[in-house]
Amino acid sequence: MLDYMRSNRREVIAAIVLVVLLGTYLGTHPSGASTYVMTIWANQAMILGLAAIAQFFAVVVRGIDLSVGAVMALTNTIASYLLDGSAIGISMGIVAVLLAGAACGLINGLLIVYGRIQPIVVTLATASIFVGLALLLRPTPGGAINYDLADAITLDVLGIPTALIITAVLIFGFWLPFRRTGLGLGLYALGSSEQAAFQSGIDTKTVRISAFVLAGLFGGLAGLFYSFVTTTGDAGIAANFTLNSIAAVVLGGVLLRGGVGSLVGALAGAFILKTIASLMFFSGIPSLAQPLFEGMILALAIAIGGADVLRVRNRLEVFGR
Amino acid sequence: MTTTHNYLEMRGISKHFGATKALDGVNFSCVPGEIHAVLGENGAGKSTLMKLISGLFKPTSGDILLEGKKIDLKSPKMARELGLICMFQELSLVPDLTVRENLLLSARGSGLGWLKSDSLDLARDVLDQIDGEDILFSQRVADLTLPARQQVEIAKAIMMRPKLLILDEATSALNSSVVEKVFTRVRQERDSGTSILFISHRFHEIEALADRISVFRNGQCVDTFAQGEHDYGEIIDMMVGQKIDELFPPKPAPNKDAPAALQIEDFSWGDELKSISLTARKGQITGLGGLDGQGQNKLLLGLFGLLKKTQGRVIISDKHVDIRSPGHAKKAEIGLALIPEDRKTEGLIQDQTIAENLQLAALGAKDLDAKDPSLYAASLDQLELKHGGLDLAVSSLSGGNQQKVVLAKWLALKPKCLLLADPTRGIDVKTKTQIYAILRKLADQGTAIILLSTDYEELIHLCDETHIFYDGEIVSSLEGDQMTAQNIIAASMNISTGSDTVSEARHA
Repeated sequence: MLDYMRSNRREVIAAIVLVVLLGTYLGTHPSGASTYVMTIWANQAMILGLAAIAQFFAVVVRGIDLSVGAVMALTNTIASYLLDGSAIGISMGIVAVLLAGAACGLINGLLIVYGRIQPIVVTLATASIFVGLALLLRPTPGGAINYDLADAITLDVLGIPTALIITAVLIFGFWLPFRRTGLGLGLYALGSSEQAAFQSGIDTKTVRISAFVLAGLFGGLAGLFYSFVTTTGDAGIAANFTLNSIAAVVLGGVLLRGGVGSLVGALAGAFILKTIASLMFFSGIPSLAQPLFEGMILALAIAIGGADVLRVRNRLEVFGR
Repeated sequence: MTTTHNYLEMRGISKHFGATKALDGVNFSCVPGEIHAVLGENGAGKSTLMKLISGLFKPTSGDILLEGKKIDLKSPKMARELGLICMFQELSLVPDLTVRENLLLSARGSGLGWLKSDSLDLARDVLDQIDGEDILFSQRVADLTLPARQQVEIAKAIMMRPKLLILDEATSALNSSVVEKVFTRVRQERDSGTSILFISHRFHEIEALADRISVFRNGQCVDTFAQGEHDYGEIIDMMVGQKIDELFPPKPAPNKDAPAALQIEDFSWGDELKSISLTARKGQITGLGGLDGQGQNKLLLGLFGLLKKTQGRVIISDKHVDIRSPGHAKKAEIGLALIPEDRKTEGLIQDQTIAENLQLAALGAKDLDAKDPSLYAASLDQLELKHGGLDLAVSSLSGGNQQKVVLAKWLALKPKCLLLADPTRGIDVKTKTQIYAILRKLADQGTAIILLSTDYEELIHLCDETHIFYDGEIVSSLEGDQMTAQNIIAASMNISTGSDTVSEARHA
């Protein structure tokens, strides 16, 4: 257990910070820890959580995805056309939305690998394209999502917010098994040392493209979940989510140099960020001062994560971090 | 052995990089159940040959035949599926993953899907056999020492059940007792029919292991012969194409009364250095030996201001000094220079040009104009740096030439005391002799030199005095006739200093 905590130190710190913040939030919330409060909190956090997972897949292979928010905007506007009507129509619509997300990721991946262009440049360009498409689809916010389905996904099951159940399924049903596959380890190998990965016989091109496809897919999931929460299509959400997804992965202990971090950390980072925002909302701090305090808490949390640099007794070890 | 058919055969292989011919019409073959040593200077084409076999490069012309059939190696993945496994000199482990995860990734038949763990037992066996019992599968590779990583690399290669196993400087960071255990394992692999290609710059290793030897020079295979057919001198002549009279420069009589340049008293750091005291004298070469990771390298790092909270006294030119950082250590009044263990990452900035790298140490030094090329010209001349222009990236140089750049960069400061961490690791014979010569010349000019080495021949033939480290302490200080291979190895393993006890221990 101790060993586990030591090797996943960053995730453990993120989890502790999250628990403390959530406790403070629920403790200070006027209506306390009710299912209602938890559900709203979980839904907000889940949207950013999925966006952060998308960002995580790009960052872990030593890339970055500036199109996460744009993919969300595009899939959200597509969803606002397709997710209403018959059950079959809606299921086809969900598949189409996710495929659209994955396709965006595939385009990014192909351009990065075969165009030999840096991820930051590629995704900066494709982000504009995706947002442009979203704006063509929905010049102004509108459209509708099937309410019954939206309720089923954004309310609760037996008092437990559905979003938290989805989070658990993601971690235990997808992430932990995925971490044991060649692709799962290959992502880390590629981000940590591309040369070592190549010499170990890993198909680095396929792994990198897969990473961006996964980023697109989770961007699509984030867009889809956003649609269920807002039940409308809005092309203007891109920029905010892209920046917050980067802040979330950093907060969750994912290193921007690649190869270190986990999906759980990215989720925790997103939940922390949203909890801070919610705390501010109820804290009575003037709304104009909120970004200042949010930023300071963010900086403090990151500083705690990096504090062990001070304990390093061999100065050379600082550079490996 | 010649009656056996070839496992792998290369016919008329050439590999050109632009105008450079790395390999030029080479014929080469490996037989099952044989250890075939490949010798040559850096840049002779050995590494290129290995990279062709392991699928990293494709030949410009020529054929590769596997068991008589022509094959086209498209990728490293394809090569390893055919059983051609290379243990690279440049480590191929992923630092942020654990040992276990690294092994899983390389296991046979692993793709992008679910990974099978059935070969891990074999890897554990190999690790245990080669002195790696302490290496846990759950450790992150980044947290392992360099020798431990090399042990994992060896276990990883053998785990893949190779038909042809390439060991490229596989044991360069390992000490002699571990090397012996690795060799035992390699012989077992040979006896079960594996064909083994062995690249090393240490002659005694080749003598201990090889059945057949091929010598490469300037991209060509000069000769292939059975072990024992030619002696060291003849082999060295083949490698360099010219006679090298002596590997080591003649050693003048040590001067025990030379003034001290650097005195260390009760130097300690945590559990890793315990009360080290030694004196480096002007004009003398002081050797630091012992098994890997016994504190020798930490002592050099500590002296150079890279460790925090060190205890003890360091006295330079009769003044007590407290060195806080490398920037402080290189100041003229202290005058230390450190040639680090890993030239690729610690010694040089690979993407910058040779000229820019040369200036790095002199930058910011008082009374020196780093941009003045005459600061480096003399050292570069003596070291005979082979380069295509000082404005090329330093990464375009071979390993030996890169080390020359690291040396020249520090010599520009005219250090009073030069600290070297295994400066000839993985370097060809000719460059070694050049480095030995310049070290001796610097000593003659009055520089005090502290040389950490894993090669006991260096300690014997180059050093005036040698301190052997064990578990953070100096267990033995040898000088003059006491510096023999037996004494050094015995002290390294902390058995005893008397040679009688050593032979008893061996018989036991």
